[in-house]
This record gives sequence, C-alpha cells and structure tokens, in this order.
Amino acid sequence: MAAIIDVQHVHKAFGGLKVINDCSIQVEQGSITGLIGPNGAGKSTLFNIIAGALPLDSGHILLDGEEITNQPANQLFHKGLLRTFQIAHEFSQMTALENLMMVPPAQAGESLFNAWFKPSRVMLEESEVRRRALEVIDFIGLHPVRNELAGNLSGGQKKLLELGRTMMTDARVVLLDEIAAGVNRTLLGDLVSNIERLNREMGYTFLVIEHDMDMIARLCDPVIVLAQGSVMVEGSIEEIQNDPRVIEAYFGAAS
Amino acid sequence: MNELVFFINNVVIAGSVTGSIYAIGAVGVTLIFSIMRFAHFAHGDMMTFGAFMVLLLTTAFPGAGDAFGVPSALVLLPLAMALTALLAVGIDKAFYKPLRAHGVKPIVLVIGSLGVTLMLQGLIRLFAGTSGQSLYVDDRKEIFRLALPFEGVRAPVVVTEPQLYLFVITLVAVIGLHLFLSRSRLGKAMRAMSDNPDLAQASGINTNTIVAVTWVIAGGLAAIAGTLLSLDVTFKPDLSFFLLLPIFAATIVGGVGHPYGAVAGGFVVGFAETLAVFNWSVLLRPFRDSLPEWLTQSGNLAFVGTEYKIVVPFFILVAILVWRPTGIFKGKVI
Repeated sequence: MAAIIDVQHVHKAFGGLKVINDCSIQVEQGSITGLIGPNGAGKSTLFNIIAGALPLDSGHILLDGEEITNQPANQLFHKGLLRTFQIAHEFSQMTALENLMMVPPAQAGESLFNAWFKPSRVMLEESEVRRRALEVIDFIGLHPVRNELAGNLSGGQKKLLELGRTMMTDARVVLLDEIAAGVNRTLLGDLVSNIERLNREMGYTFLVIEHDMDMIARLCDPVIVLAQGSVMVEGSIEEIQNDPRVIEAYFGAAS
Repeated sequence: MNELVFFINNVVIAGSVTGSIYAIGAVGVTLIFSIMRFAHFAHGDMMTFGAFMVLLLTTAFPGAGDAFGVPSALVLLPLAMALTALLAVGIDKAFYKPLRAHGVKPIVLVIGSLGVTLMLQGLIRLFAGTSGQSLYVDDRKEIFRLALPFEGVRAPVVVTEPQLYLFVITLVAVIGLHLFLSRSRLGKAMRAMSDNPDLAQASGINTNTIVAVTWVIAGGLAAIAGTLLSLDVTFKPDLSFFLLLPIFAATIVGGVGHPYGAVAGGFVVGFAETLAVFNWSVLLRPFRDSLPEWLTQSGNLAFVGTEYKIVVPFFILVAILVWRPTGIFKGKVI
C-alpha cells in the first residue's frame, strides 16, 4: 500500500530545544496508525507541523505524493487533511450545530457575489449542510445539546464535537490528537467504533496520538513510538509492548 | 415650547450627529480588533483619507451630483470608499502583515499603526494643505427649518442636509453590517475567526481572505464617517484624528470586538458629550417661578464648559475601564 502521509527527515527546534530531530514516518493509505511516546517526545509538535500550524526547520512532508511542506492549514483542509486539537477548540459563541455547519468547504455563500445575488442557491446549500450537521450530531450523541453555545459544553462533549467536525466533510486523512482524553468510558466505546466505521466505510486514514493504551491496542495498527523527536520503534501493538526500549523510555531504565 | 425646540436642536440632533460618526468609526476599530487583536490608531486618519478622496473627486467632477439632485460629494462617496478600502488593504500588506508574519505582540502592531497615523497625516497635509476646505465644492448646503405646528413656537427645528444623509447612511450601514455578519457565510467566517483563529484555519477558512475583508469593511466605513463629518463641518487634515479618543471610548464602552456594542457606545459617548455641555438653564426657564432663586439666577448651567468637551469621553473611558472593563455588553466576539 502507498503512504498517504510521508514525513521525510523533519527537524524542528524551539530556540535551542530540538523537539523534532530527523523524524521520518509513513502513514499507509487506509490505516489507523497510532503515534505514542512519553511526554515531550514531540508528538503534538509533529502533528502541528503536518497540519500546517507550525513551520518546520527542514525536511519534507508529502500528502499522497504531493509536496505540502509549510502549506497553511486551510489549504490542507481543502486537500482532505483534517486535524483535531489536543485541547478541544470550539467556536464558543456559536451553538454546537452552528459549529459543525461552519465546516463544509466551498459553499456558494462563501462568495460575496453569490451571497447577495443568488440567495436561493445559498439557502438550498445551507439546508443541505444543516441536514448533514443534524445527522452528524445524532451520530456523536450531542443531539440534546445541539442548540447550546459550544463554549458551555463539557470537555468530553467538546471532544465529540471535534470528531463530528471531521465527519462534516469528505476527509482523506484525519489527525486525532488525544481524542479520548476526558471522555467517559461508555462514550469512548462509541468513539472507537465511530472511528473504525469511518475508516472501513468512508476510507478515512487516521493518525492517532493517544495515551490510553487500551484504545491504541483496540484501534491502531501499526503503532509508531516517538522518543526525543525521532522514531524509536514501529510495529504492531504486540511488538511495541514487548520492546525493551519502549519500556525503558516510558518507565526509565530498570537498573 | 421654544425651550424644547432648543433642546431638540442642541441635544437630540447634535447628539445623534456626533453619535453616528463615533458609531461608524467605532465599528471599524472594533472589527479590526476582533480579527487582528490590536487597537488601530490610524483609524482616524483613514477617515480623513476617505474625506480627502471625496474632496479630490468632487474637485475633479464638480457636477457629478447634478443628475441625481444630491451633492456631488455624496455621489462620489462609494468611489472614495473603494479607494479607502484599497488603501487599508495596501497598508495592511505593507506594514501590518510583515509584523504579523513575525508573530509579534499586539503592542508592536499598535505602535506600527501610530507610525501609519503620522505618515498618513503628513501625506494628506502635503497634498491638501492645513486649512479647512468645504466638501461642497459646487453645491449649496441646504438647511431645513421645520416649524412645529404648536402655538407660540417661534424657533424652528433646524437640520442641515448632510445631517439627514448622515442619519440615513448610518442606519443603512448598521443594518447592512448586521445582515452581512449574521447571514452571509463570509460574515460567519469572520465571527468564527474572531472566536478561534486556529480552529477557523483548521476548518478550511482562509484567514488571509478574512483579514482583507475586514480591512475593506473598516476602510469603507471609515470613508463614510470621515466624509459625513467633513460635509457637516469642513474638511481638515486633523479633523478625524481628534476624534480618535471618543471613538476608542465608544469602542470600549460597547465592549471591544462587539460591533453592535460599538454602535451603542458611539451614541452613548456622543449624547454624553452634548448633554454635558448643554446649558440646562434654558430648559429651567419656564419653571422659574416654582424653583429656588439660586438655581434660576445662574445664566449657565452646563455640567462642563464647551472648551472641555473632550474631557467627557475621557471620563467615560476611565469610568468604564474601572467599573466595567468588558464594556456595557459582555463578550469579546462579534
């Protein structure tokens, strides 16, 4: 299978601190790849670099063979590369439903000309988007709070909203940054099955940062272990869990 | 009744005029803040630039308004708005965008805009001179005197032509802005960006487009405010610059980043100014028989003298910052 995301020899330093050090990873088309590592390993920084939120110092990033190095996030979005945030982001002054309705790209109402001169087309599209947003909000179980301001939702609900956002458009790759953190166990089960369903039925490729090992074990194959800014081990979850280097990185040397 | 007419002329009309100008200016300042998170000090001079464009265009085409029966300045205003919007986008590209690209703190942008202020004012002085000039190049300023149909009323309610235009255009601008922000996708994208710029970008919103649109709107509104002010009085290179303090006061009164608040704030500051310098002894005159002598004896019962008018917005600014720093309306987003 071909790599849909190909990170080649990426370096990134904040001042003197080298956070990403000659890191190269490949994410296979159609896979759910896990990205784990101890705190400070550079997982989120790598995510931000891939998602276009941070400029890199050197290296290349390819999306399905196309160079996307240092492209802004909004362009990547239109190429089908979506991300969620580690600390859930939301448009706090809009309702949960409006949050989802902000997402779909290339709506006719986005151009001033259409907004003023073709209101019927814009309205038609709006009702289509609303229908989809209502489906998604049912799917993620936020129907009862759809008209609440997103800023008033709980942390877990905001996480669900993040996942819902990726379902509003036809994504190719979704970067999930600790989507499970702060979500209760029952909801987590739904979340995992939703991710699997999106992967199987819609062909989404996922790259997942996660601290919850159960979730990684259930969901991800392969798993990449990052330590000190570069790849330490890569393989199936069994291989990772039995690798002495990984155990050492997580728990310190057993001297 | 004559006293009441005096009150209408000196408070209701005068307050609405200043209020409208402050409101349109403050909306621009507040929009720029909500998207780019800095206080735009050059806004007063963008207003002057708009008025200056109208002055240039009216001098070039003095008969433009004849066909419509309105002053040429008004017909040429849309063109001046477009030019000012262009200037605003150009200034952003040349001065503010490089600063933002370096990720500087907002205060650096504020100081940058102070530099733009000096530059713009210098340029306008260079070409327009320092003296006052009327924007009515080839037209006559109409003054409407509306006599009230009551017995014993001799003084008419006086409204000038530019004041009427000012009220109409302010109303249209505020309604138009409201529809844009609440209905159009681009307006919603603006609200989204002011709420959470990172998420807006991750949701596929092109933040550069939004910034440009913000400058276009702010520039256009600045041209309206500057032109209508200069129509009402005369064009001077520093006329709008001196309105910067009340406009900032209006912005803060309404809650920074809150366009409807800015409109309300503009009228609050405008009316506070006119009420503070209004001579209340005139209104008390009909009741002089039933009031204590010391109150009616004094000829001038204004709260502050006209020469200290500028103190009023300053006081409001301080009071709001101390007691209600988030403005009379809560919330930081559009």
